[in-house]
Amino acid sequence: MSAHEQDAILVLEDGRVFRGQAFGAIGETFGEAVFSTGMSGYQETLTDPSYYGQVVVATAPHIGNTGWNDEDDESSRIWVAGYVVRDPSRVPSNWRSKRSLDAELVAQGVVGISGIDTRALTRHLRDRGAMRVGISSVSTDADALLARVRRVPPMAGADLIGYVTTAEPYVIAAQGARKFTVAALDLGIKSMTPHQLAERGIEVHVLPASISWEQVEALAPDGLFLSNGPGDPSTAENAAALCRRALAAGIPLFGICMGNQVLGRALGFDTYKLKYGHRGINQPVLDRASGRIGITAHNHGFAVDAPTDRPVDTPYGRVEVSHVCLNDDVVEGLRLTRDGRLAAFSVQYHPEAAAGPHDAAYLFDEFVAMMADNTSTTKAGEQA
Amino acid sequence: MPKRTDISSILVIGSGPIVIGQAAEFDYSGTQACRVLRDEGYRVILVNSNPATIMTDPEFADATYIEPITPEFVEKVIAAERPDALLATLGGQTALNTAVALHESGVLARYGVEIIGASVEAIQRGEDREQFKRVVQGLDVGDAEVARSHICHSLAEIEAAAEDLGYPLVLRPSYTMGGVGSGFAHDHDELVAMATIGLDASPATEVLVEESVLGWKELELEVMRDKTDNVVVVCSIENFDPMGVHTGDSITVAPAMTLTDREYQRMRDVGIEIIRAVGVDTGGCNIQFAINPEDGRLVVIEMNPRVSRSSALASKATGFPIAKIAAKLAVGYTLDEIPNDITRQTPASFEPTLDYVIVKVPRFAFEKFPYADSTLTTHMKSVGEVMGIGRNFTEALGKALRSTEQGSGFWLSDSFDGDVDAILTSLARPHDSRILEIGEALRAGATVEQIAEATDIDPWFLDQLALVHEIGEQVRDADELDERLLRKAKRHGISDKQLAVLRGVDEADVRARRWELGVRPVFKTVDTCAAEFEARTPYHYSSYDEETEVAARERPAVLILGSGPNRIGQGIEFDYSCVHAAQVLSASGYESIMINCNPETVSTDYDTSDRLYFEPLTLEDVLEIYHAECQAGPVAGVIVQLGGQTPLRLSQRLKDAGVQIVGTTPEAIFLAEDREAFEKVLDDAGLPAPKYGMATSFEQAKAVAEGIGYPVLVRPSYVLGGRGMEIVYDEPSLASYIENSALVGPDSPVLVDRFLDDAIEIDVDALYDGTELYVGGIMEHIEEAGIHSGDSACSLPPATLGDAVLEHIRTSTEAIARGVGVRGLINIQYALSADTLYVIEANPRASRTVPFVSKVTNTQLAKAATLIMLGSSIAELRASGLLRPVDDGAARWPGMPIAVKEAVMPFSRFLTEQGRSVDTLLGPEMRSTGEVMGIDRSFGVAFAKAQDAVYGSLPTGGTVFVSAANRDKRHIVLPVKELSQMGFRILATAGTASVLMMHDIDVTTVRKYTEGRGPDGEPTIVDLIEDDRIALIFNTPTGETRGGRPRGDGYEIRTAAIGHGVPSITTVQALESAVQAIQAARSGDIQVRSLQAWGADMDEHFASARAH
Repeated sequence: MSAHEQDAILVLEDGRVFRGQAFGAIGETFGEAVFSTGMSGYQETLTDPSYYGQVVVATAPHIGNTGWNDEDDESSRIWVAGYVVRDPSRVPSNWRSKRSLDAELVAQGVVGISGIDTRALTRHLRDRGAMRVGISSVSTDADALLARVRRVPPMAGADLIGYVTTAEPYVIAAQGARKFTVAALDLGIKSMTPHQLAERGIEVHVLPASISWEQVEALAPDGLFLSNGPGDPSTAENAAALCRRALAAGIPLFGICMGNQVLGRALGFDTYKLKYGHRGINQPVLDRASGRIGITAHNHGFAVDAPTDRPVDTPYGRVEVSHVCLNDDVVEGLRLTRDGRLAAFSVQYHPEAAAGPHDAAYLFDEFVAMMADNTSTTKAGEQA
Repeated sequence: MPKRTDISSILVIGSGPIVIGQAAEFDYSGTQACRVLRDEGYRVILVNSNPATIMTDPEFADATYIEPITPEFVEKVIAAERPDALLATLGGQTALNTAVALHESGVLARYGVEIIGASVEAIQRGEDREQFKRVVQGLDVGDAEVARSHICHSLAEIEAAAEDLGYPLVLRPSYTMGGVGSGFAHDHDELVAMATIGLDASPATEVLVEESVLGWKELELEVMRDKTDNVVVVCSIENFDPMGVHTGDSITVAPAMTLTDREYQRMRDVGIEIIRAVGVDTGGCNIQFAINPEDGRLVVIEMNPRVSRSSALASKATGFPIAKIAAKLAVGYTLDEIPNDITRQTPASFEPTLDYVIVKVPRFAFEKFPYADSTLTTHMKSVGEVMGIGRNFTEALGKALRSTEQGSGFWLSDSFDGDVDAILTSLARPHDSRILEIGEALRAGATVEQIAEATDIDPWFLDQLALVHEIGEQVRDADELDERLLRKAKRHGISDKQLAVLRGVDEADVRARRWELGVRPVFKTVDTCAAEFEARTPYHYSSYDEETEVAARERPAVLILGSGPNRIGQGIEFDYSCVHAAQVLSASGYESIMINCNPETVSTDYDTSDRLYFEPLTLEDVLEIYHAECQAGPVAGVIVQLGGQTPLRLSQRLKDAGVQIVGTTPEAIFLAEDREAFEKVLDDAGLPAPKYGMATSFEQAKAVAEGIGYPVLVRPSYVLGGRGMEIVYDEPSLASYIENSALVGPDSPVLVDRFLDDAIEIDVDALYDGTELYVGGIMEHIEEAGIHSGDSACSLPPATLGDAVLEHIRTSTEAIARGVGVRGLINIQYALSADTLYVIEANPRASRTVPFVSKVTNTQLAKAATLIMLGSSIAELRASGLLRPVDDGAARWPGMPIAVKEAVMPFSRFLTEQGRSVDTLLGPEMRSTGEVMGIDRSFGVAFAKAQDAVYGSLPTGGTVFVSAANRDKRHIVLPVKELSQMGFRILATAGTASVLMMHDIDVTTVRKYTEGRGPDGEPTIVDLIEDDRIALIFNTPTGETRGGRPRGDGYEIRTAAIGHGVPSITTVQALESAVQAIQAARSGDIQVRSLQAWGADMDEHFASARAH
């Protein structure tokens, strides 16, 4: 708590300076400044590996009200490079809280800043795009900090998956009887994702991003899952290669976030960096097949550049944009069919939704249905 | 999917008069709905009995019926207009109940009218507690539950339920609004008392008896669904006051502050499944939840399958206009087809995200009901509310508290040496000023834990209060108020006035210091999206932050100061005038800028003005907005005369601070309130005012009263709005008044006025431009002088005044307007006694009656006044068509409509600490919350309609009970005789009966309540009322009853009447009018007619009058 009265400074790469107070660990940190508009779920956000390398600005002013508990982490640690808030809570209040957010940030060495005009900062990022940023609670010399900010590598071209992926494979057992085995490529996976799969009778093998196709194949998976993750998807070359092998082998594939971008690249589309990305839990996404709108959780700074007005034929089948964001028409999902049957699909948003609404949880059911369909036709083929 | 083309006309039902639990929020939602539907090309037919609303302005519907909202009258409208569809989800419980009644009686089927918005089945699934319980239990989201409960239809069933559930428990009557009859029972006695009230309050004689979730967190969701099953949650609201206090009486906060995402999403899942299962297909609903703070157990409390007070709040809180979207969904659009007004580029199919905090604080009126129990329960008692927007909770709360205009806000002053235990005990009882008492507890040294223990308020909220308390101490103890500390205090909502108290200096000193240090607020924007997209709508709030978002502009701005929270005496009528000002300014080349803090109103709809500042109406806040707007472009001035007392109180200080006030000057406004100065104006004009004198002791008062002659009107000299005012008939009563009034003392004299007994009171609204007077309307009160004008029924045009009197009124009004120096509106009250016209008071500002007069005369007075303030002349406004080309609002001609305005009283809402109703007598202190209007060709029919709009209907037969005070006895003979001749059976108390008998009236003597039942069990009048054997009550006070104190027979009769909904008349004049009304009702079919039809008649009359 004592840190709260200590001055701190935030400097953007274009020279704009915000002055506030220290929050979390005392120190200096750098990254890409992005804003997240969710009003709940800071614990999930901070532990989401996709935020690796990013300094997250919370647009919701009150942060830390419910403290920190032992259940809501989305991975083993906090990944954000820094945390920018306006009014951190002095006391946590929730029956599940074990400690304060501030204490957790200090314990994990995460540098933050509080008391700044986060709306002004958000508007700045909205108008000028996500950019590099530095926070310091050890020196308030803006010029010196700016020089260091400008030496930080930019997010475009950043290969960050290696920093967040699991070192060793591990297995999440299916809840109840095991119906399927899924190989889940960890590009920065959130723990709610294997949990959602396991709830549907899937044994999930979470695999390091650098894993080889042979190792994947050795698991004889019913499906391949591509997770979310940080950085520029154009650097995820191994993932795209695995994806192409799986498609060629006829393994049902489901991707989320980075997984959507990887599938897109594997199918020959390009990816590009959005001006300031989508980060929040209120984004309207249209499922073009059903006409239904889901309110969905987003965390993406890049998007797939695919035509939304027509399907495209690829060596692996016919792909079309299945979902779009109604706010800005960004591609939010891809759907690959082969001979009229679903072969792979992916979404740019987060159906596992932690934090966020559960409107898109049905996609996990679709993954199960796709695997079931594939198993029955494969078996039918074998019998024939 | 586009809008429906198979329907072309839509009937919208409004919510009727403002009552506690159903107030201005339905004007806001109804106005939005009407506007949207008309924009979509539908023919809109509106029924609403409330003339004070914007909604009933003729321009918002194609046919506006200011008629009673009863199934009978709405059927007449349906028969006349033959609408294709009926939209009933935007007019509160009144509209919903009326629609259900019309459905059940087969009227809708007979006329082929389709209910849109929510089907009757969905309404019943949402409203019927048993059905709703089954809906929740059958949900597809795991363990959604409701509190354990039993549905009961009798006292025996209720007692059995209590056996099962144990105490305390909750009683909730079905199909009532604002929680009428609901509350907690802690033991068997309370249970029996409440069960009786509850069974009676429910139209279905149905009460839900429920396990107590007292003290749990209370949360609400606003949910919307379209016909393709897209669902969005617009807003979450967390109650600062935990379960046990009606949400309308709770301080509430948006968004929810103390839930993790998991808990919030679970609540969201349940909310979405509820709206689906209930089957609200095209619209919104409000769902309330309780969460156990110990373990997170989530219980669904109830849902409203319609827009509500909370949805109005949520709309203002988020910038997502729920009623407007609901109306579009009802005609077939889907959420993704509707653009978000604020961003314009994104659709409405999203969930708003806030980067600020909203705090709503209720406004109570217990000072008007001194004998009412101020404990807050599940039965709503507040009369209005305010909303504060800030970048954090403390800033928002500080703004909301100072917006209530009650007390001085929170955590002021030095250490408080009250006893901690005593304060904590007091805090355990929820009451109207609990938040201030928490401040006292903190100052007395109580800890957050202790307060949380006593109140069950979440420790997070309490810590925020402790934070402000600590900053207050720092401010008080600092050697110097430096920039850092000042900024910190301002960031946590502490006003200049509070800082001044803490520092022992003047508010002006704090302001000067703050400006010198450059500590000034910036203005942020409510944009639905936390700045993710650019906002196109200038809906601003202030914050002590870094960057301002006020855009530069070219057009000259006019700032309109609104009227703040609705309260008794200052309500929606003033909002009406402010909205009209905004409309006419925008249309006349100005940038209209509204400042107000009341989330219920049309004025705080971002669509109403060119710019909206949702801010407190205090000197500090208004000066900062003025400063910001002066930097943004030219400012033509500030309008203070339309928003009632709230802006008037600021006007002189604003002017002193250099603000340009347009229209009547603050000096002129106060001249009318200065007795001596005003006396001079009257003298110069040769006009008499009743004799008066001032006194600071009983002896002095006695001398004054003797000089004037009893009865006298006494009131504290420095309060407004009839507060503490009484009519005193004799010396002992005068002594008792002086002795008991907390408002009278050596430094605060009492004003003793001659009370003009038996005088006719007359109200005039007029415009004056410096040279010409335009009488807007002359209203004759039905109750005699002495009843507050706001509580009195009145007719327009005057029903019994001759042309000579009207001419005298005109010349007097002109003399006063000229003498005071009015530029704009003036309201004058006269009393006509023995052919002498006395001036009671003059108020150079918009009055409560402006909307009524405007509607009846088809002339927009507030718009005209606004343009006069900015320099237009009445001659120009006549030429432009805004005012009548010849004559004015005083004109009378054959065939013109006559309208009656009647007040609606809130007595049924208030109980004494003993659980009895408060008294219902009318007096010089205003206590009504709202009004209705009846309009027709004759006074009797218009009065009948007004009574129908209040009571449902006046009886056309049955038993009338009559009991008159001695001074009234001679006046009641004729009207009672007429009732008798119409076939009514007459009952009277002995004294009254003996007078009536002498006039050959067939009357039966009935026992008084105080006499008790007779030897053979003969019932008293109270027994008969309770047995529903009395159709109409006429009972005048004996003259000494004060302030609703329980006493005597009259009180018992009137409270029984309230409990059983029997029309109860307390003045001779109203009885005479009621007799005419009953004659009209008996003489045949009463017709309905739209304002537009009346307006066309008037236009024709004046066109031909001009031609001649």
